[in-house]
Amino acid sequence: MNLEEFLKSPMEWVEAEGPQRKIVLSSRVRFARNLRGFAFPGWAKKPERQRALEAMLPVVQHLPEMERCFSTSMDNLAALDKQVLVERHLISREHAARNVGSGVVINDGETLAVMINEEDHLRMQALKSGLQLKAAFKVLDKVDTELEERLDYAFSPRLGYLTACPTNVGTGMRASAMLHLPAMVVSDQINQVIQAVSKLGLVVRGFYGEGTEALGNVFQISNQTTLGEREGEVIERLNKVVLQILDHEENARLSLLEKKPRLVYDQVGRAYGILTNARTMSSKEALNLLSLVRMGVDLGLFPPDTQRVMDELFILTQPAHVQKAVDRKLTAEERDLCRADLIRGRMKDLAQPREDGVEPPTGGQTKIV
Amino acid sequence: MLCDICKKTEATVHLTQIVEGKILKVDMCEGCSKAKGVQDSAAFSLAELLAGFAPAAQPEEAQAEGPGVQCPTCGMTQADFKKLGRFGCADCWVAFEDGLGPLLKAMHKGDRHVGKVPGKAAHTLVINDRIQELSEHLQKAIRGEQYEEAAGIRDEIRTLEAKLKVA
Ligand SMILES: [Zn+2]
Ligand SMILES: [Zn+2]
Repeated sequence: MNLEEFLKSPMEWVEAEGPQRKIVLSSRVRFARNLRGFAFPGWAKKPERQRALEAMLPVVQHLPEMERCFSTSMDNLAALDKQVLVERHLISREHAARNVGSGVVINDGETLAVMINEEDHLRMQALKSGLQLKAAFKVLDKVDTELEERLDYAFSPRLGYLTACPTNVGTGMRASAMLHLPAMVVSDQINQVIQAVSKLGLVVRGFYGEGTEALGNVFQISNQTTLGEREGEVIERLNKVVLQILDHEENARLSLLEKKPRLVYDQVGRAYGILTNARTMSSKEALNLLSLVRMGVDLGLFPPDTQRVMDELFILTQPAHVQKAVDRKLTAEERDLCRADLIRGRMKDLAQPREDGVEPPTGGQTKIV
Repeated sequence: MLCDICKKTEATVHLTQIVEGKILKVDMCEGCSKAKGVQDSAAFSLAELLAGFAPAAQPEEAQAEGPGVQCPTCGMTQADFKKLGRFGCADCWVAFEDGLGPLLKAMHKGDRHVGKVPGKAAHTLVINDRIQELSEHLQKAIRGEQYEEAAGIRDEIRTLEAKLKVA
């Protein structure tokens, strides 16, 4: 399928109702693999990289899981299209910078993506809706086994799958969950979590936005090490920690509601008001307001399917997607106008926030906040 | 403080690890720590098994020492690796093996792989074992002047070797 068809077909993880979906957007497992007999992509000369690509591309394309897929060499992709794939987390920023001799294959539901000749010969990922780390692992494990039958992997019994960077050697696996944690951010507990989790060999970072900022209060938590531990153990540990963080987030929401119900409902209501009425909006503002409405769904202020629209808008409001929607390059100001239009369009059929039922103060004594 | 393992000798090696939020401490004597080799005993036992099962799958080309180490396959030098932080090819892992241990230990939970093994590698290991076994039979047959049997065994070995090449 071509890129336009591919981008139009629904993102499976957004559509599906995975477990713990209220807080866990998605689960992702990635493997790094390399071939014997070819220099790693970062060190190989162009002809060798191209030969490696030619050896891998057809094998990846012929996976049964890739029956309906989008597949291309990186030099055939326009800069904007590459950026769209980066914003969907289907390719890395580093991969977007590559051209001849690198490629990508993604299935139509975007649940399976394989980067060819990124830092390693193969970087494959499986994606599932909600908290489904084990299921994502199972999918990728199967794909990996299928690929291995037709490709000669670089593997050492002592060090495992050999990778370009020593930080990935062994299992070559990076498992992660994407968590929406607005209440922990508001109540200043997020840094505590980040520190506690790092002691367990896990890393937390912002999922949207560059660098350290976590726009939209979405965080990615993943394992840091790949050697000396079985895949199943890593996933088990990550799963356990995610469930704990989930508990904390739920408690933080409850305590916010208990202490300052009106303030919480006010913030959600205002976010809805701005999103449905603004005529210009930055990507940062959009993500943070969408996050509030998403939390509002969980608080029962909106019907459940509003959440899916928010998850979709998290992606569609990012800069390259806004430009892709109008099919031309835009200045930052133009983007903000188009973004506001896009959000209003998508949200116009959504139900307004329900009445919260919080009693107004009586006798002028009760403090609201 | 006595060694946790042998409970006889004074412990001189003290290991602390945080595993799933719990602090694990092991105090060992010099001898036992050497015998154990690594901190992560759970990961190690399996790795040990694997290692015993699979003697060096890669050619031992890493005799070269000193500052001039270079990967014979891709030409990357130690200096290149230090600068880039990335290896040039799979054989670099053998070429730069010396000194890699501490680096990996500092980076990871252990210094041995205990995860998935590709079916092909496992398959290769099994075939290698079988070839080993047949070779012994072959020697015996030749010593016993059982030439017909020896020829049969040799054919079988050749078939297996061909299988390895295809894989
Ligand atoms: Zn001892
Ligand atoms: Zn090399």
